[in-house]
Amino acid sequence: MSIKISIIGASGYVGGEILRILAQHQHSEIVSLTSRQYAGEYVHRVHPNMKGIINAKFTGDDPLKASSNADLVFLALPHKASVKVVPKLMKTGVRIIDMSADFRLKTPESYIRWYGYEHPNPELLGKFVYGLPELHREELRGAKYVSAPGCMASASIIGLAPMVKKYTPSAPIIVDAKIGSSGAGGKPSPSTHFSERYGVIRPYKPTGHRHTAEIEQELRLVSGKKIDVAMSAHAVNQVRGILTTSHFITDAGIKLPDVWKAYREFYTSEPFVRFMMDKNGIYRFPDPKVVIGSNFVDIGFEIDPYINRVVVLTAIDNLMKGAAGSAVQSMNVMFGFNEREGLNMAALHPV
Amino acid sequence: MSCSLARSGNKMKAKCKECGADIEVPDDALPGEIVTCPDCGLEYEVVSITRGKVELKLAEDVGEDWGE
Repeated sequence: MSIKISIIGASGYVGGEILRILAQHQHSEIVSLTSRQYAGEYVHRVHPNMKGIINAKFTGDDPLKASSNADLVFLALPHKASVKVVPKLMKTGVRIIDMSADFRLKTPESYIRWYGYEHPNPELLGKFVYGLPELHREELRGAKYVSAPGCMASASIIGLAPMVKKYTPSAPIIVDAKIGSSGAGGKPSPSTHFSERYGVIRPYKPTGHRHTAEIEQELRLVSGKKIDVAMSAHAVNQVRGILTTSHFITDAGIKLPDVWKAYREFYTSEPFVRFMMDKNGIYRFPDPKVVIGSNFVDIGFEIDPYINRVVVLTAIDNLMKGAAGSAVQSMNVMFGFNEREGLNMAALHPV
Repeated sequence: MSCSLARSGNKMKAKCKECGADIEVPDDALPGEIVTCPDCGLEYEVVSITRGKVELKLAEDVGEDWGE
């Protein structure tokens, strides 16, 4: 069985990555790829990696027309653009995976607090499932509407969920996130100009990053506790990849075997969660370098008995497990496909 | 895809004391042989194998300058 899929906003990095995955997905048939900017252009002119794999052109069709014969639409539009399209699409009966932040948060107050705008359709927020299969697999089965999580939020939440489920932090959890340039999207700006971007370790959001809202929302949900998160985000000299280093202070007197037990209990048979720790070798803790191009999320941890701190490290490819990969994984769950379908690739190494 | 590169013969299992993973020990392993936990990389030395039971102890850590 195949489903017909339309990608709206297919010329961006996330749209291109969804396309790369679906090109080897045995249950997908792409019926429409839209881009207003590149309408009429060959897809490979924007996504050159797809040359020889897909011979198609972008269309400038509006989302309603583009999804008229689709079973599922991926909306890869900017924040605040999705929210204008979604209510119209919902009336057509098509299923939606929205890649923007417009339906990630569950309360309209959160949009005012973190995104600085009043959500125009707060009644729709409850209709979307937060698209993280590791936490919401049962809700995703058969879901009609899914909101794909933020990239740094995905890494942070997957890394910290087992900790907050089992232990109570005695201070806000501090999340230090580092991300490559593709996280800023495909549109150039002065700050992404090569001369300015190359070689940076740029603390672009030391406080107040919007993904904090998602992280708190999901960690509170999974733990049933009021978990507070303090996040700092840095742009580093990578194209792809995220590393989050989270500091979990606790009075619980946790030992390393306790942490292992918590993680093993929480992630019993997750297809894309790997524990990446080794006492020898080069890669002793998670490193984005060895997940690039894959949907894996690598988790590692270490105890600091000096100040009762558990350090949790998580590495993902921001365009894969942080966006397109996770979205296709959600799609697989929604439609009852094998969860690994289209996503079974190992990371590139070396890269 | 199938892949069968493991040492042939039967294997015994021991539990890693740190992470709880199963460590496979070939039943023809010799005392002094080093086995490594597949999950956390902790290394153990085979102390003895008697009647299908394996006894392991933590292998001596080889000092390495891993600092930067």
